[in-house]
Amino acid sequence: MTSAAVQSTPAPAILPGSGGMRGALSDLFWRRPKLLLLLMLLPPVLWLGIVYIGSLFALLAQSFFSIDEFSGLINRQITLKTYGDLFQPANLDIILRTVTMAALVTLASAIVAFPIAYYAALYAKGRWKALFYLGVMLPLWSSYLVKVYAWKLILAKEGILTWLFGKLGLSWLLDTWLSLPIVGGNSLSVSFTGTFIVFVYVWLPFMILPVQAALERVPGNLVEASSDLGASPGQTFRNVLFPLALPGIVAGSIFTFSLTLGDYIIPAIIGTSRLFIGQAVYSQQGTAGNIPLAAAFTVVPIVIMGFYLWGAKRMGAFDAL
Amino acid sequence: MTSAVSFKQVSRHFGSVRAVDAVDLDIAPGEFFAMLGPSGSGKTTCLRLIAGFEQPTAGSISIFGERAEGVPPYRRNVNTVFQDYALFPHLNVLDNVAYGLMVKGVGKAERHKAAEEALALVRLPGYGARRPGQLSGGQRQRVALARALVNQPKVLLLDEPLGALDLKLRENMQEELKSLQKALGITFVFVTHDQGEALSMADRVAVFNDGRIMQIGTPEDIYQRPATRFVADFVGSSNVLPPDFVQRYSGQRRWGSLRPESIRVANAASGDGVVARVVGTNYLGATTRLALDADGLRLHAVVPAGTTLPAEGEAVMLTFNRESLHLMDEPA
Repeated sequence: MTSAAVQSTPAPAILPGSGGMRGALSDLFWRRPKLLLLLMLLPPVLWLGIVYIGSLFALLAQSFFSIDEFSGLINRQITLKTYGDLFQPANLDIILRTVTMAALVTLASAIVAFPIAYYAALYAKGRWKALFYLGVMLPLWSSYLVKVYAWKLILAKEGILTWLFGKLGLSWLLDTWLSLPIVGGNSLSVSFTGTFIVFVYVWLPFMILPVQAALERVPGNLVEASSDLGASPGQTFRNVLFPLALPGIVAGSIFTFSLTLGDYIIPAIIGTSRLFIGQAVYSQQGTAGNIPLAAAFTVVPIVIMGFYLWGAKRMGAFDAL
Repeated sequence: MTSAVSFKQVSRHFGSVRAVDAVDLDIAPGEFFAMLGPSGSGKTTCLRLIAGFEQPTAGSISIFGERAEGVPPYRRNVNTVFQDYALFPHLNVLDNVAYGLMVKGVGKAERHKAAEEALALVRLPGYGARRPGQLSGGQRQRVALARALVNQPKVLLLDEPLGALDLKLRENMQEELKSLQKALGITFVFVTHDQGEALSMADRVAVFNDGRIMQIGTPEDIYQRPATRFVADFVGSSNVLPPDFVQRYSGQRRWGSLRPESIRVANAASGDGVVARVVGTNYLGATTRLALDADGLRLHAVVPAGTTLPAEGEAVMLTFNRESLHLMDEPA
């Protein structure tokens, strides 16, 4: 009888411990889960606290020093003079230029990213989804510098874009655009338009992925419910899809906005000779040796991002979280 | 009189899958109509065809006499209560209910007033400021109902709306839905896989299987006079009897159905009937369901509480009235 065979080796109700250090440690962690949490969190918290936030505070402290204009030495006395320097017309110009560019790049990224993210989240399945991830991530695998130089060639006067416009009989359009003040220039590669295009290209994945993640969490039947209640596709977008995607758009815009605010390579390679914040920081701490002003410039994006997030929260961007 | 919903040879195929296959259907205005069937039988697809989420592959659909093919959901005066309610998580209860009026351009004060009234109708007054996430399943269900009713639809579609509720709540909601439907006079089309729900609530029931309608009739028709073996088996788990068995009792070589409650179980020595052996007992509270083996034929009988139950393995005598044996036309 099988039942007799089972009964001949009765299983204990409580299994013996596996023994040794590991067994004891496992039991201890099970009884005191917070201990395990503490041990897991300690290294990253130390790293984050000292190396990450600590260096930020060191930077912040630097911004309250000033530079002696005659000797070029740093005067380690707390002052707001350096922040005052930010409001000199030339520096204010840099800040406004950078913020405007960051805002435009963010807006354009959101507009370009949304349909792609929408398709990926609601329609792409299996192989197409893999292809989507590959397509979005692939540009991130190659060097940023190589891509930017590639764009310089694409946007150059003799580049493929000029050639394409010529072939399509649209040279007049390109020429008209380039003849415009501010956005125009000799060619796309030496205009703000070029800088803008390359910024949007480089940061686009950082917008697509969070928007896709947000849309992925929207149940498909909410779109149906909206339509069922009489909302046209446009109304469904405005009242359901957009508000629910907003946390993703805000998350993405934090990337695109702050990355644009801090970048100094793209505007140095593609665009005009006018400076962006990143370039100003680079030159102030390097050639000019004005560490306090460089630090003060660095604080600008932090403050702007703080206001941006505060505003986004007030607008209810995180209500759907 | 024009039908509230009319299907003429409607099919909806997904590739080679015939989700709905040549269905003819007429639902009268003001009717409480149930679509009953197992999952994958096409009942939900039929509902989605009425709502406009699906378009028929063939055939024609009209709603109150107007052709509905190619008309998007937002232009149909038909509203749906979704299976998982599909409430908008970013809006509070009041704005959820007022959504349909909002997209139609009704002013804020007016639509909020209407939404409050709809919430009172489903007995949730004063819940407007809450978020859907703060409500229980039963409350969400009521909000979904209010959100649909506030638009005063010509037809209200309900997709297994009670499926996620516990038994007690489900019974309460069944009664409430029924009285609400009576009071409002709106045509209700109700999809369910629960035969008890369909029989207790609906004026008429359509039993679906494999994308086709097996039978349409009043709950009594469906229960007492199932047209096919499938209906007999699915609705109330009737005993389906093979032709040679039926021939012995009715003289006709046809498939038969016999309700478990129509079978009387007696001592094996008493009178003449079908000799069977008890193979299992299933205590259900008010009744006990016996599984019986009559010479290889598996039968079920229901005996009321209080009767002495035969032991498992014991031989019993089964008797039934000749009238309660229902003969079915279709062999299927």
